[in-house]
Amino acid sequence: MTNIISLSAAELAEQLRAGSLTSVEAVNAHLARIAAVDDAEHGVHAFLHLNAEEALAVAAEVDAIRAAGGAEAEALHPLAGVPIAIKDLIVTKGQPTTAGSKMLEGWVSPYDATVIEKIRAAKLPMLGKTNLDEFAQGSSTEHSAFGNTRNPWDLSRIPGGSGGGSAAAVAAFEAPLALGTDTGGSIRQPGAVTGTVGAKPTYGAVSRYGAIAMASSLDQIGPVARTVLDSALLQELIGGHDPKDSTSLPEAVPALADAAREGAAGDLSGVRVGVIEELGGEGYEEGVKARFDESLELLKARGAEIVTVSCPNFKYALAAYYLIMPSEMSSNLAKFDGVRYGNRVLPEDGNVTIERVMGATRAAGFGDEVKRRIILGTYALSAGYYDAYYGSAQKVRTLIQRDFAAAFEQADVLISPTAPTVAFELGAKLDDPLAMYLNDIATIPANLAGVPGISIPGGLSEGLPVGIQFLAPAHEDARMYRVAAALEDSLVKQWGHPLLSEAQDLEQAVAAAKEGKN
Amino acid sequence: MSAISRDDVAHLAELAHIAMSDAELDRMAGELDAIVDAIASVSEVAGDDVPATSHPIPLANVFREDVVGVTLTQEEALSGAPDQQDGRFKVPAILDED
Repeated sequence: MTNIISLSAAELAEQLRAGSLTSVEAVNAHLARIAAVDDAEHGVHAFLHLNAEEALAVAAEVDAIRAAGGAEAEALHPLAGVPIAIKDLIVTKGQPTTAGSKMLEGWVSPYDATVIEKIRAAKLPMLGKTNLDEFAQGSSTEHSAFGNTRNPWDLSRIPGGSGGGSAAAVAAFEAPLALGTDTGGSIRQPGAVTGTVGAKPTYGAVSRYGAIAMASSLDQIGPVARTVLDSALLQELIGGHDPKDSTSLPEAVPALADAAREGAAGDLSGVRVGVIEELGGEGYEEGVKARFDESLELLKARGAEIVTVSCPNFKYALAAYYLIMPSEMSSNLAKFDGVRYGNRVLPEDGNVTIERVMGATRAAGFGDEVKRRIILGTYALSAGYYDAYYGSAQKVRTLIQRDFAAAFEQADVLISPTAPTVAFELGAKLDDPLAMYLNDIATIPANLAGVPGISIPGGLSEGLPVGIQFLAPAHEDARMYRVAAALEDSLVKQWGHPLLSEAQDLEQAVAAAKEGKN
Repeated sequence: MSAISRDDVAHLAELAHIAMSDAELDRMAGELDAIVDAIASVSEVAGDDVPATSHPIPLANVFREDVVGVTLTQEEALSGAPDQQDGRFKVPAILDED
């Protein structure tokens, strides 16, 4: 069984095609792993809901089609039968969607997100829904209304956020693939601190229809995996134009998996990799900087030219983000009013009018971080402050886009650490929102400019994973995958194994935690 | 100087329809003040000559054919409603009658 869960999605798919493994066996192996390590109180707690019955039914269907052979078996998607986990911000028929919030506890969507329709059509068994910071607002999953997720490398540490559940599920070998969403780094930063791969596609490259909106001009659904190739395969599956999303790009999905294979196999002669001067130095841990510098050496050895680029306005990115994001999310979350769906709470005393019901519903349904950001967004959009705050932030966004444009004149891809630190202890930054926000300092510029970004494991610092981020120009996701796969190949060859094989024995750690020894 | 006062937060909470206790207002005012202090710098960065960007990759005039697509049934639309009657969402009194 251990063997099955350690396979990458591409390897698993190959074995399913070859008939050396069935999809039912694959799903059962992952469900067994989840049962062993995902305990809510002491374990990883990556999942909020398990979808075992449906997953096994889909797996059995794929196995039957394969066994029967013929045209239908030929027509199966390459990833058919490979299990996947879904961030609980993406709506699914037949399974609850909570967004990590009490507001939606028990709610079941009457429709599927477009990415879910694609996953169903390709027949990937969905294992369940993964934990997240409430409405994707946070960098540690500690803002989930249903308890935090734990980092598989060290159960006392954060798995990143908001998509800590998806990243931890993949890092803990509970699923080979998962879906995430990235508004300011919610796919990439969890990837960095869990030693996994996470990509934010070009804005609009993957339909956002059915992802509960946080900040509409920043949100992007993307793949979570353990290898660059798996990430590319999943983005190819979920990408493409969707008439239901008016921000969806009209272009066809590029050949991302081919780009990843090319990168892993070939050299990088003629590729200019730009080190972003502003994303490094002060505020970045020594161990993070050391792994980053080693990656640059490996890229050089592979033929890449390393150049330094300056993006002077990136220093304002965090501030601009914390005006634009709360402004958009305060509008998007206005729909949670206890009228059409979600929970309704009545005021404890006084008249029961709709306004007072809304006030009581939103007071009880939202957690502190969501409330903080709604108030902040309402402030930034209010009369007298709009120009100074929201308007100025949008201008800064223009300057950041110009910085990217200038940098991409000098470099084909850009590189930086994904996060300034390795995973910190649970609770360490919970009472200091500003310190928490700094986790996303290197990932936010990509969202503001709409460019694609990916984080891959770059080694360990004090026994914990460090992430390396690549950024490419908008629409050039294939280029990003190519260079990321090249570095991944060099790193894995140097280590002699994937980074995750250095992680602790998780089943033992969870058992010890349950006995109170940890 | 405080950027956001407790009274400001009370007003904003009312606009945002979030009932808040006195203790919550006090705490929120302190936290928001620190956050606003940290992000206020953006107002000094860009001059009047810099245009605003609302969307990273703007698409103009995104239309679809004017035909009926897939829609939710009435039952599906009401499936998550906290309260309903006669096939409609049911809400408490809209007007405050003392």
